[in-house]
Amino acid sequence: MCMTCGCSGEDHHHDHGHHRHEYLHGSSGQKIAVETDILAKNDRLAAENRSLFRKRGVFALNLVSSPGSGKTTLLERTLADLSGEMGLAVIEGDQQTDRDAVRIAATGASVVQINTGTGCHLDAHMVGHAAEQLDLSGIDILFVENVGNLVCPATFDLGEHHKVVVLSVTEGEDKPLKYPGIFHAADIMLLNKIDLLPHLGFDVAQCREMAQRVNPAMTIFEVSARTGQGMDAWYCWLTERLSAAS
Amino acid sequence: MHEMAITLNAVEICEQAALGRAVTAVTLEIGDLSGVVPEAVEFCFDACTRGTLLDGAQLRIERVAGQGRCDCGKEFMVAALFDPCPSCGGYGVELLAGRELRVKELEVA
Repeated sequence: MCMTCGCSGEDHHHDHGHHRHEYLHGSSGQKIAVETDILAKNDRLAAENRSLFRKRGVFALNLVSSPGSGKTTLLERTLADLSGEMGLAVIEGDQQTDRDAVRIAATGASVVQINTGTGCHLDAHMVGHAAEQLDLSGIDILFVENVGNLVCPATFDLGEHHKVVVLSVTEGEDKPLKYPGIFHAADIMLLNKIDLLPHLGFDVAQCREMAQRVNPAMTIFEVSARTGQGMDAWYCWLTERLSAAS
Repeated sequence: MHEMAITLNAVEICEQAALGRAVTAVTLEIGDLSGVVPEAVEFCFDACTRGTLLDGAQLRIERVAGQGRCDCGKEFMVAALFDPCPSCGGYGVELLAGRELRVKELEVA
């Protein structure tokens, strides 16, 4: 459907008053083959970030989820539990405020806050500049907490090693089928807030099956960032992948 | 609404390719599995082109249907990322088409 006028046509063009209509008709001018990916610039900057992370021995993870899934709480717990064993830093993405960065800084980890204003996702350009503000020496894992949004962040490569999707059990088990793009782009899924399962009708087996229908290669951890349940398996994965990457 | 960022990127690519000439028409390819809604790009296009070489240009969007290949060798049309293979019922097919986000061509005055 056309969002401008609500009609169902696809072949028409709107006059919004400011068009120079001498260009609209005839179209007899020269054709130029462009054949360029619209995301080429983001992908180039993501490749630069990836190269920087590789050179500096930084394992980078892009945490994506809907708002309120518990990304920041999960990071607070992970930072508190692992900071004695490895160097950890965080790039925080939110539309407004530095509330998450303040929470992360309280754990002692290095953190940079990005405010996207009205922007609905982080891109490789923002992350590259945020990384410039971090002293990457001594950093083993860089967590990028994306803007809470289960749609837009799927499209933008930031130069990360893995996209990690966080889904909380209060959101419903069918999110992987409703928002397949992000579950297809991620290969790690943290099913969070499992301490609440006794109070909910959430079907874990069905959720796992739906996620692996979208992405059979998905590795799934069931965790509670609040109680610490299941977090050891997540830490094992981080430690193993870190040693494999370095 | 990442379509605004996508449209701004497309306009930037077109302005570079147009080399200062006014653009009268733009053709984009948008795959059905790209995560980008063509109608939302149309909606953003006027705002993103105002005052640029593309001001007033006609936007043509060619949609590219999803196509995949299963491990079993079957190739088929993919409407959603969780579609099973119609031959063996397997998931996780390799996508051959449908992720496109490209500026295909321009027409200049």
